[in-house]
Amino acid sequence: MSITGRKTESSLLHWWKSGSPMVWVNAGAVSICLIMVFGLLGLIAARGGGHFWPKDILSIEYKNNDGTITRIVGEWIDTDVISKLRYEESTGETLPPDVRDVERWMVKVGNRDQSGADFQWVSKFKIQQVGQPEQVVAVERTEWGTLFGELKSLSESGAAIKPVGDLWLEFEARLDRTIELRDAIRRLEKKEIGRVNYQLEKLRLERRSLELDKQDSAENLKAIAEKEAQQQQTYKVIQGKLASLNQQIERDTAEFEIVNNGTLQRVELPLSVIIKAIKPNLMGSAEKLLEYFVNLYHFFVDDPREANTEGGIFPAIFGTIMMVLLMTVMVTPFGVIAAVYLREYAKQGPMIRMIRIAVNNLAGVPSIVYGVFGLGFFVYFLGGNIDDLFFGAAKPAPTLGTPGIMWAALTLAIMTVPVVIVSTEEGLTRIPRSIREGSLALGATRFETLRKVILPMASPSIMTGVILAIARAAGEVAPLMLVGVVKLAPDLPMDGNFPFIHLERKFMHLGFHIYDVGFQSPNVEVARPLVYATSFLLVLVIIFLNLAVILMRNRLRERYRSMEN
Amino acid sequence: MINSVEASAQQRRRNLLDRIATGVIATGGIWVILIIVLLFFYLLAVVAPIFKSASMEPLAHYSIPAPERGSTVYLAVEESKQLSVRVTGSGAFLFFGLTSGEVTDTHLLDLPTDVTIDSIVSADIDGRFLNAKLSDGSVIILQVGYRVTFEGEQRVLKPSISFPYGEEPFTIELDGDVTHRDLVVGEESVVVVFSDASSRQVSVASYEVEEGDELADPDLWSSFEAPFDIDYQFVDGQGRWLYLANRSGQVVLYDLSDVEEPELVANTVILENGAKVVEMKLLLGGSSLLVGDQFGNIYQFSITRDLNNQYGLANYRQFELDSSVQIILPEERRKGFIAISDDGQLSVFHTTAEQELLSIKLVATDSNSLIKPVHSTYSPRSDTFMVQSAGGIFVYEIDNHHPEISWSALWNEVWYEGYEEAEYIWQSSSADNDFEPKFSLIPISFGTLKAAFYAMIFATPLAIFGAIFTAYFMAPQMRAWVKPSIEIMEALPTVILGFLAGLWLAPLVEDNLLAVVSVLLIMPFELILFAWIWHILPVSITQRIPDGWQAAVLIPVIILCVWLAFALAPMMELMFFGGDIQTWMRETLGINYDQRNSLVVGLAMGLAVIPTIFSITEDAIFSVPKHLTQGSLALGATPWQTLTKVVILTASPGIFSAVMIGLGRAVGETMIVLMATGNTPVMDFSVFQGMRTLSANIAVELPESEVDSSHYRILFLAALVLFAVTFFFNTIAEVVRQNLRKKYGNL
Repeated sequence: MSITGRKTESSLLHWWKSGSPMVWVNAGAVSICLIMVFGLLGLIAARGGGHFWPKDILSIEYKNNDGTITRIVGEWIDTDVISKLRYEESTGETLPPDVRDVERWMVKVGNRDQSGADFQWVSKFKIQQVGQPEQVVAVERTEWGTLFGELKSLSESGAAIKPVGDLWLEFEARLDRTIELRDAIRRLEKKEIGRVNYQLEKLRLERRSLELDKQDSAENLKAIAEKEAQQQQTYKVIQGKLASLNQQIERDTAEFEIVNNGTLQRVELPLSVIIKAIKPNLMGSAEKLLEYFVNLYHFFVDDPREANTEGGIFPAIFGTIMMVLLMTVMVTPFGVIAAVYLREYAKQGPMIRMIRIAVNNLAGVPSIVYGVFGLGFFVYFLGGNIDDLFFGAAKPAPTLGTPGIMWAALTLAIMTVPVVIVSTEEGLTRIPRSIREGSLALGATRFETLRKVILPMASPSIMTGVILAIARAAGEVAPLMLVGVVKLAPDLPMDGNFPFIHLERKFMHLGFHIYDVGFQSPNVEVARPLVYATSFLLVLVIIFLNLAVILMRNRLRERYRSMEN
Repeated sequence: MINSVEASAQQRRRNLLDRIATGVIATGGIWVILIIVLLFFYLLAVVAPIFKSASMEPLAHYSIPAPERGSTVYLAVEESKQLSVRVTGSGAFLFFGLTSGEVTDTHLLDLPTDVTIDSIVSADIDGRFLNAKLSDGSVIILQVGYRVTFEGEQRVLKPSISFPYGEEPFTIELDGDVTHRDLVVGEESVVVVFSDASSRQVSVASYEVEEGDELADPDLWSSFEAPFDIDYQFVDGQGRWLYLANRSGQVVLYDLSDVEEPELVANTVILENGAKVVEMKLLLGGSSLLVGDQFGNIYQFSITRDLNNQYGLANYRQFELDSSVQIILPEERRKGFIAISDDGQLSVFHTTAEQELLSIKLVATDSNSLIKPVHSTYSPRSDTFMVQSAGGIFVYEIDNHHPEISWSALWNEVWYEGYEEAEYIWQSSSADNDFEPKFSLIPISFGTLKAAFYAMIFATPLAIFGAIFTAYFMAPQMRAWVKPSIEIMEALPTVILGFLAGLWLAPLVEDNLLAVVSVLLIMPFELILFAWIWHILPVSITQRIPDGWQAAVLIPVIILCVWLAFALAPMMELMFFGGDIQTWMRETLGINYDQRNSLVVGLAMGLAVIPTIFSITEDAIFSVPKHLTQGSLALGATPWQTLTKVVILTASPGIFSAVMIGLGRAVGETMIVLMATGNTPVMDFSVFQGMRTLSANIAVELPESEVDSSHYRILFLAALVLFAVTFFFNTIAEVVRQNLRKKYGNL
């Protein structure tokens, strides 16, 4: 398209008329799309993946307006540039006329319990000195966020201890012990007490249903009371164990020296609130890399803490996977049966053609509409009626008449069934007629032809449809907000209590987690890296699934091409 | 050798299996399709009741219970529709079964000798307290309570009467005879207004009391003279407004905020042309008067406040009966009322929805004679109407669940109480009981279209131009990875786009507004400029890049341009916009800037729509038969001419259907608009303001909405609208595409 010629006026006109500039504009459109696509993915990857890298802790000294120097300690988070006008408006300072814009650093200073805020903005031009103090410890706590400070002493049951060797090594050893104790406590609380509570609730329901059925004779009630007493006994034993563990975990205390608004201050920190403590400024790259993977591991397997703004996302991952699996179990047979019916069994005509268009179009109906349908039809209508019939004992608390993982999976199954139908039908259409006829001519019945010949041949397109459905379901949030997702589910929808899978429970979901933590949490700034990391994980999963589809499709195309020849 | 018996048995088994399979697949397939169809019909079924008009069925008819106790001064139906009460002048409370008419309980009020009850009216918004007006000019506050007990399986109500503010009747000082007595039990105080019709004296008092206190001496007190003879007197449920009116239609409005100095804020003649007031009532909420005249007109006059803070009464709307208005009965919990005319026409109206829901003749079914109401009452839930006439007591059941919704309430401008003019407003809920719900779907539909519009003007050119280049000019090797890369974005969860839009893009755009806007506006020109530079570059350089790789060349160029824009913007801002463009916009152009605005939504949702449009357009252009383009090129047309004159024309239905499907996606998208807009239902075309869309509105409000309430059904209606609109767009697109395919087949 590059037309070359004499560089004269007429050549310019000629060039314009040839449409060559418009071709460039079109090329520009593609480039912009590509830049946006890869820029977006890059942004998520950088911010999400970077979150786990242990950052160096800086000690920053800056000059105040009155000439005094203030020192702060923390991690550099972000740099931004604002116009002089807005800077002056927001701070009330007057800048020298030669300054045009102001570069500011956002520094995470932590110690929220002492200073009240996690972050501090420092104007670059005021900074006098930046250092990396070696001994500074980044302490991750169960509450109040991170603490930055230097370890000064340790005490056991209130009495200071003289460590035999290095203070830091002693601290780490004692922290390991605390962490073990904490795990033990958590196990007791979650598993054992959870089991007792579950049994007690079941007994309560049993008694209630006896009352409802007018079977509440004295001996029946006595049997239940006995079982209850037994559970109460178990509960007491666990309580005793817990009390002793709680006492043990409170044994050690560490003293840190922190910088709070420029002043040095000592704080006592019981080891029981410390989750992790590292000295990032002393770590080499290899150590940091190891730490990176440790952080990543904890991100995947830990429960969220502090209103979801810290900790891991395990329940969300678990909820997403379980919901998607449930949905797959529902959507695959129904989608395939419907497609087989439409393509192989139904009489082709205008009616079927209309249905096909309708099914096609349903894939484009907004997901929130399915959510509305799910809430109205499944949750309130179906669930409400099932409750009336089978779960009268639990009333007035609804069992299935309230949003839960089963309804969520069913709603998404309805939403994605057109995808499976369309994809399966496409596969069925591509199978040459001769193959069907060959099978029938050999004496196979229709069903045998379907089962032994057609479905195996169409299985890659069925897989394609199912994977597309999974990819869509995994990323969908809007309908789930109506039919069962919650910000914090007390129990996973699967646990060790019979019947192990609890379909009526509410669940957490990666996509909703992003929405909730990013927009509803009290401390968005702190939570932001976590949201990026969650997004990154979700994007990876979805891209992986879609790449699988693309590869599968390409292979399919080859296969059919060879079949046709 | 196969045994033939065995073989035939096996054959039978196979045939049976085949038949079973056919049955299973057919029923299964039909079921799946039915469920999909059910989606539409279920939404429709939930929505349908809101457009149903009301109905009224006779429930019972019996003679007046215990007539020997005297004539009725008060009639009421209790909440659960089990009991009713008839109060006589002598102070007998006769509780009787609503359907049976048999007296179950009788309570006698201990009245002073020679004192009877004149009348009883409600004394607060929730209908908990009653104001009994006694014949000696005093009043007493009563409360009728019902205790639920069970006798075996049967639910039995035990009524009781209590005096929450003391058993002593009380009065306030007034120069003249007491003809009007109103009192309102508010949250903190009891406001009492006594007046004398002929001497025009009015006394106002306020008691700050706890329950159980005697109302002896008022804390605040004042009296004044009304400008005319007082025929009607009303006090609103907060004790803030006092209305006084006479029969010829003059109304004065006093502001009682300061009880010691009531302020006359409006004095209006509301009726003209010789009309006389024959019935007047206060609508729920107390800021509207319902005025009936002898011609059968019922007017709603409501308090308005103009820009100068001047109060006035404005004629909001009017309703009509056949003949002179006899009775107006406002509903206790909604802005509706029943009106009965002289000749027995009964109509049910709703003010906000401006509709007549029902109109019947009030005739006794057994005797076919007109019922002349002496007393009538409307149950608290507005589902039962009871009327006492000479022929006994008639009870009707009213089925009127969603009177507040009509076509005009949803889609027209509505003049809401307290507003200066009719407006489109979406405001679904409030803590107040007497709140007027504002269910205009216009602001949120507008928001939906606005969001979709900005997304489309960003996405359409990019996606279509990009698709044209990819399908027609791009080198095959590059196309092989460009197409899937863009298409994979279609699967990107929108919650991530929304999150980035709200928390990354919105602050970025806010800080670099000039840079962002200039990138958007100048980019095409920069591209043309670069094309020209490329054109005049020596051939030895340009030849190094093969045809079809222009897009790759442009990537660094565009990144450079964007970087330049961001680098230069602060300087430009300093030079042309006084250092900060937002301040400049606010002060010079009067444009306010929301951080989460249409520009951000347009960019984010545009990104979500681009892959959809791109993919379909690309397919349409790529599948234009090759012999058409080759023919054109062979005749000497340039590639660009071939493209515009041949390829795009042939593929235009495909491009159209791509835009339709993209639009459908933009209209229904939820998470991006939920996170990247402020979700305020404003109607404003400004690109720097937010909006609320139908989908976001559903996501925000449905979880909190009460099942089967009007609000719940309207949200379903919003979903149905979304469904219908997207289904419509998609169907058009699908049909167009199928025709296109047929056309290509013919070529």
